[in-house]
Amino acid sequence: MARLIPAASAALEPVAGWGRHPIVPGRVERPEHLALRAGVEPLVPRGLGRAYGDAAVPAAPGGHVLETTRADRIRDFDPVTGRLRCEAGLSLAEILRVFVPRGWFPPVTPGTKFVTVGACVACDVHGKNHHRDGSFGSFVDRIVLLTADGRLVECGPDRERELFLATVGGMGLTGLIVEVTLRLRRVETPWIVLETQGMGSLESMLEGLRLSAAHWPYTVGWIDCLAQGRDVGRGILMRGRHATQVEAGTRRVRRAPRLRVPFDAPEWLLNPLFMRWFNRLYAWSHGRTLRRRIVSYDAFFYPLDAVSQWNRLYGRRGFLQYQCVVPHAAGPAPVTALLERLAAAGAASFLAVIKDCGPASDAYLSFPLEGITLALDLPYRGAVTEALLHDMNAIVIDHGGRVYLAKDAVTRAGDFARMMPRLPEWRAVRDRWDPGRRFRSALSVRLFGDPV
Amino acid sequence: MKVAFVGATRGMGRALARRLAERGDAIFLLGRDADEMQLSARDLEARGAPVPVGQASLDLSRPDGFGEALDAADRALSRIDALVVTGGLFAGQDELAADLARLGALLHANFTGTVLLCQQAADRLAARGGGLICAFSSVAGDRARRSNYLYGASKAGLSVFLDGLDLAYRDRGVRVLCVKPGFVKTAMTAGLPVPPFAGEPDAVARDVVAAMDAGRHVVYAPPVWRWIMLVIRALPRVVMRRVRF
Repeated sequence: MARLIPAASAALEPVAGWGRHPIVPGRVERPEHLALRAGVEPLVPRGLGRAYGDAAVPAAPGGHVLETTRADRIRDFDPVTGRLRCEAGLSLAEILRVFVPRGWFPPVTPGTKFVTVGACVACDVHGKNHHRDGSFGSFVDRIVLLTADGRLVECGPDRERELFLATVGGMGLTGLIVEVTLRLRRVETPWIVLETQGMGSLESMLEGLRLSAAHWPYTVGWIDCLAQGRDVGRGILMRGRHATQVEAGTRRVRRAPRLRVPFDAPEWLLNPLFMRWFNRLYAWSHGRTLRRRIVSYDAFFYPLDAVSQWNRLYGRRGFLQYQCVVPHAAGPAPVTALLERLAAAGAASFLAVIKDCGPASDAYLSFPLEGITLALDLPYRGAVTEALLHDMNAIVIDHGGRVYLAKDAVTRAGDFARMMPRLPEWRAVRDRWDPGRRFRSALSVRLFGDPV
Repeated sequence: MKVAFVGATRGMGRALARRLAERGDAIFLLGRDADEMQLSARDLEARGAPVPVGQASLDLSRPDGFGEALDAADRALSRIDALVVTGGLFAGQDELAADLARLGALLHANFTGTVLLCQQAADRLAARGGGLICAFSSVAGDRARRSNYLYGASKAGLSVFLDGLDLAYRDRGVRVLCVKPGFVKTAMTAGLPVPPFAGEPDAVARDVVAAMDAGRHVVYAPPVWRWIMLVIRALPRVVMRRVRF
């Protein structure tokens, strides 16, 4: 049904990332057709709001937010090559729903399927197959960008290459991504062959990841980041691959019921003691044996998506997620140092994930580099939590590592510049395409010196 | 099914057309904006609708073009067996009250146009042995409220028409489904305050497809609105005078 009269300017609503810190009131529009309108600036593009920090939060109270989720049409699909051309607001969840039954899978997926294709490009997301396949940008052939001057510009690895390299991982700051062409991957079944094994130490975990990398497309480790002493790094190694038809047999996909967290949990729930025992129990319950089974792709890739609004478990003050990567050259030392710093702070995390990344991409601000990445959640408790993250950033910088902007909410501009050697190249491209800073976010104010 | 679809380019119509495409129903698009229909046609083809998804021009405010539009759909799909109408116009109470020309346009499209189109299609379908007519009315037509009775009136008339059409044509093989969405989060309702029990377009589409398959003559979506409207219809007049919604 069409509106006779265009809706008036959007009312203010609170806008935050998945971690619910920081929260900034913004004017959110969710159009079915992506366009730039005079006067609606500065503008921050936003997808499904799964970036944890301030990446899709307005630069200042009252700022404009363009949510792309209603621009979600498929423009073209080639069933021979798997090339998919779609509008930027199409989600991976929808791609999975439509294409898995036909034998196609996203080439790279983060830990949630509730993410738009535009956001996958803007954050250059990576997944459990990074060691083998690289990040999302490696599977993108073409991006159509609505740039600050109002033009539609096509870019790709072979056209406007610098703009392409600045847009992949560019956090939506080079222009509004309106259309993406990517290559899907052929799969035989919706099922995943999963092997899990308990690991007693960080060394054995890293060794396990290294050995698995050669034969398994998907690997990841969960670690008990509250274990101390010789137990540091204790956890469970998981590796998976798409099951063949023979392996899957006659299994039928069942729609799992979606649970929901109906209200903000009280803060005492996630106290350090509870977390310690949760982590220990999880490690103990598995033991050291090697287990093999066949699970759905949802269970393997998106366990947390089964609980909608799980971010409410962290209470009203929200939480931060911290994800960094440090080069292999440094060995396990920096990871040990980070975990020890965390333990010393008595900071509890439900979940810490560890994984080895493959070679870095050419995109200027792409996060992954060849090394070890560590990701963990921390309840936000103000200055204490921020100080802890700055300390951890110092360790990461010492070892030539960096943090992931899709998770970040607190890293300082100077620290980020030290992490990203190609930042000046990215800045130069952004200066060329958006000299007036039409595209701006809380993140770009914090890290790139944009005016509020 | 072989469906002529008015309004498939946006909102609930977009979601419903996709559901039909995914189960392989043939679709022919009718609407005002050729470029938008072109984009939706490619989307529906990629999702499984038999290729090609064709299109023709139809404006609910111009009934003289309806015959030609239905002819085009009949030709493309070698005789349609269903008509779905999700298209229509919407505006807020104050906007309509202040602008009688707009009010006239809305009443004309939502009531007169939609009625003339469905009546014509019902005769066509009956003549060829039957089929389905599904049109989107609204819970706003179930009871007048001071905050949207102008839009509501266009939908109340439509609901009565669809109810009667079902009575008159069912024994000639034509099933009629009247969809009454409650508040659904779409671009149409953007900017309005979101009440409790607001629905998502895709969930509405799922409920509508189920109701089509079950041969129902009316469906509320999300389903809880059936009970909400039961209560609202039962409210005494003195209460309706007092409440501001």
